[in-house]
Amino acid sequence: MAAKRTTKTSASKAGAKPAGKEELLQYYREMLLMRRFEEKAGQLYGMGLIAGFCHLYIGQEAVVTGIQAALEEGDQVITGYRDHAHMLATGMDPNGVMAELTGREGGYSRGKGGSMHMFSREKQFYGGHGIVGAQVSLGTGLAFADAYKENKKVAVTYFGDGAANQGQVYESFNMAKLWNLPVVYIIENNQYAMGTAVKRASSETHLHKRGASFGIPGEDVDGMDVEAVKRAAEKAVKHAREGKGPYILEMKTYRYRGHSMSDPAKYRTREEVDDVRSHHDPIDLVKKRLIEGKHASEDELKEIDKEVKTIVNAAAEFAKESPEPDPSELYTDVLVEV
Amino acid sequence: MPTQILMPALSPTMEEGTLAKWLIKEGDTVESGDVIAEIETDKATMEVEAVEEGTVAKLLVAEGTEGVKVNVPIAILAEEGEDPSNVEVPEPGGEAADGQAGDAADDNDTDDAGKGAPVFVDHSAPDASDPDVPEGTKMVETTVRDALRDAMAEEMRRDDTVFVMGEEVAEYEGAYKVTRGLLAEFGAKRVVDTPITEHGFAGLGVGAAFNGLKPVVEFMTFNFAMQAIDQIINSAAKTLYMSGGQMGCPIVFRGPNGAASRVGAQHSQDYSAWYANVPGLKVIAPYDAADAKGLLKAAIRDPNPVVFLEHELIYGETFDVPDVEDWVLPIGKAKVRREGSDVTITAHSRMVGFALEAAQKLAAEGIDAEVIDLRTLRPLDTETVVNSVKKTNRIVCAEEGWGRMGVGAEIAAVVTAEAFDYLDAPPARVHQADVPLPYAGNLEKLSLPDVEDIVKAAKAVCYAE
Repeated sequence: MAAKRTTKTSASKAGAKPAGKEELLQYYREMLLMRRFEEKAGQLYGMGLIAGFCHLYIGQEAVVTGIQAALEEGDQVITGYRDHAHMLATGMDPNGVMAELTGREGGYSRGKGGSMHMFSREKQFYGGHGIVGAQVSLGTGLAFADAYKENKKVAVTYFGDGAANQGQVYESFNMAKLWNLPVVYIIENNQYAMGTAVKRASSETHLHKRGASFGIPGEDVDGMDVEAVKRAAEKAVKHAREGKGPYILEMKTYRYRGHSMSDPAKYRTREEVDDVRSHHDPIDLVKKRLIEGKHASEDELKEIDKEVKTIVNAAAEFAKESPEPDPSELYTDVLVEV
Repeated sequence: MPTQILMPALSPTMEEGTLAKWLIKEGDTVESGDVIAEIETDKATMEVEAVEEGTVAKLLVAEGTEGVKVNVPIAILAEEGEDPSNVEVPEPGGEAADGQAGDAADDNDTDDAGKGAPVFVDHSAPDASDPDVPEGTKMVETTVRDALRDAMAEEMRRDDTVFVMGEEVAEYEGAYKVTRGLLAEFGAKRVVDTPITEHGFAGLGVGAAFNGLKPVVEFMTFNFAMQAIDQIINSAAKTLYMSGGQMGCPIVFRGPNGAASRVGAQHSQDYSAWYANVPGLKVIAPYDAADAKGLLKAAIRDPNPVVFLEHELIYGETFDVPDVEDWVLPIGKAKVRREGSDVTITAHSRMVGFALEAAQKLAAEGIDAEVIDLRTLRPLDTETVVNSVKKTNRIVCAEEGWGRMGVGAEIAAVVTAEAFDYLDAPPARVHQADVPLPYAGNLEKLSLPDVEDIVKAAKAVCYAE
C-alpha cells in the first residue's frame, strides 16, 4: 500500500532537516494547484469540453512536486500520459495546458496533441508520451545528449508501475549504466497499471530493485510525503549530475481517480481509496505540518486556496474561450519546412 | 454565488444517464473531491466528485431518476457565507448557463479541410534540382558502401552534433563495413557501439535528437528495425505535429533494406511502403553511389526524421561520384535515368539497375523505355512521374517488396488520378511474389522480381507480346 510508512526515506527519519515555512508553503501551493487543476479537468471532461483520454494525477501530487524541487534550471523532464501535473511542476502555464485539454488554439500544442501530448522547450518538458514505456528510452536519450554535450544537466524520466514491465525499460537501463548517463528514473508506483494491481503483473514487486542486475542503485520512497521525495531526489540527482550514472527511485504513491475518465475503478474497494485519502493525503500532510509548526494559520491557507482557485478558474475560462484551431492548422507541423 | 453541479458525461458520447444514488443530503458540507453521487449508463457506473466546496443547498434530481441529460443541473451548492435555504433554483430540466458541451462539436460542420478529395502533403522540392556538375569535374569511382561512409564522415566533420550509433558500427567498422574508418577519425564518443537492443537505441536516438543532437542510427538491417518501429513512427515521426511544431526530431535511421541473398524470410523484407506510408517521415532509397552520398548528406542535414533505405546487394557496386566540395542532393526529387518515349518504368534502390537493364533489352525489341529512379519515396516526386506518363502513355511500377498496398500501387493510383486521359493501358506493377521470401535458391529466384519481369510487364502495357 502506498501510504504505509515502512519506506526507507520517510520524513521522520532521524537527522533529516525538516522543510521550513517558505518551502512548505510553496509545496502546499503547488500541490493544491495540481489537485484543483485536475478536478477542474475532470469537471470539464464531464461537460464534454475535454474528450478522448484524460488521466488525472489526483493523489500523486507529492511526487512531481518533490522531484522538481530538487532540479536545476535546464534539467529535462519527460513522462508518460498522466502528465498534467508534471507540466504544472515545470512551470508551464495552466492556461496553455487546460486549453490543450480542450483542444483549442491556445493549447501548448495548439490543440493537436491533447492530454497526453504536450511539450515545452522553454521549460525543458519533453512530453507527454502515449505509448507505455516509450518515454524511458527517450529520456535515456535526453541524458545521452546531456553527457555528449557535457552540460552537467540531468534528465528525469518518469514512468509507472505498468511501464516497469516493458522491455525497452531494461534496454534503456542497460545502456544508461553502460555509459553512465545522467538520468534519474522515477517509477511512480501508484499500485495499479490501469486495473491490474502490481502483484498481479510483476514477479518482483519491489520495483526499485529492477535496476540491480544492471548495477543501478534504487530506493523506495514514501511518495505521499513531499519532503521525503525531495530528499531522495536530491541524492539521486546529485549522483547523476556527478557522472556516476543512473539512479532509480520508486515512489510509493496512489491515484484516487480511475485510470482514465471512463474507468469506474471496480478493481479496488472504496475503503482502500478512502483510507489513503483520509489518512495519507499528500496535501493534508503538508497542511498539517504548516499548522502544527505554526508556519501558517487556517486563514492564511484559505487565502492560498482562493488564489489557486482563481488561477484554475481562469485556466478553465481561457480553455473554453480559446477558439478551436484554424482548419488550415490541419496540414502544418507535419515536417519542419526547409 | 451558488454553484450548480451538472450531470457529468462518462464519455464524450454519453448524452444521458441514471442518477443511481446520492451520497450526500441537503445541508451536508462537501469538500472538493468528495464523492457525492453515483451515475450509471448502460456501460458503466461512475462516482461523481464535488469540484467546489460548499453546503448542499438543494438536490434537484431524485436518486433513481433515469434519462438525466448531460449538463443539466443536479444539485446546488451554497458557498461559504451564503444561506443554503435561500438559493436561487433553476427551472427544472433547464440547460446550465455555461453548458457548452455540444457547441464545439457543432462547429466542426463548417470545417471542411481534409474532407472530400484526399490531400497529400508532399513537401517535395519541385524547384530544386541536382547541383550542376561543371564540365571537366573529376569523377571518382566509388562503391555505394564508401559513398555512404564519405557522406557520414563529411557531415561529422562539418557538425559536432552528428554522431553514429548502432550495432558493430565502431570497432567492427560495420556489419557491412559501411562505417569503416569512422571510429579512428572521430573516436568512441561519436561512433557508438550499442548493445543488441534496437528498440532501446532507436528510442535513445530520438531522445538525443529532441535534445539537440543529430543521430545517425544504423540498423544492421531494417528487418531488425521492426523491433524499433514504434519509436520511429510514434516518437520520431509524430512528435513535431503533436507538439504544435515545437519538438523537431533531426535523426537518420539507415541500413540495408530488402532481400539479401538466401537469408530467408525474416532477413529479407522491403520496408519501403511501410515507412513511406507515414506522415512526418522522409523516406529515401537511393540506387547509385552519387545519390547515396548526396542524399545521405541531405538526410543528415534535414531537420526531420529520415528513413534511409540502403541495399546490401549494391553496397559493393561501383559508380562515378563527382569530386566536388560538397555534394548534396535535393530530397524529394526523382531522377530520369534514361529518357524514352514508349513506356515509363519507375523503380527505386536496387530495382533501378534492373529497370535500366530491362530498358536495354526493350530497346533491342524496338521499345523505347523511360526509366525514373524515384530516389525519395516520401515526399514522392509525382510531378516527374506524371509528366513522363503524359509523354509515354504507359507505366510499369517496379519494386522489390510485396505489391499489396505497395509503392507501385500508390504510383498507379496517382497516375490514374492525374493522367487518366493520357493512359493507353492500365498501369502495371512488378513486385515480389505475395509470400514470405523462401530460402531455396530456385524458389527465392521465383519470388523476387527481376529484369525479365520488368521486360514482360513493359511489353504487356505496350501490347507488344
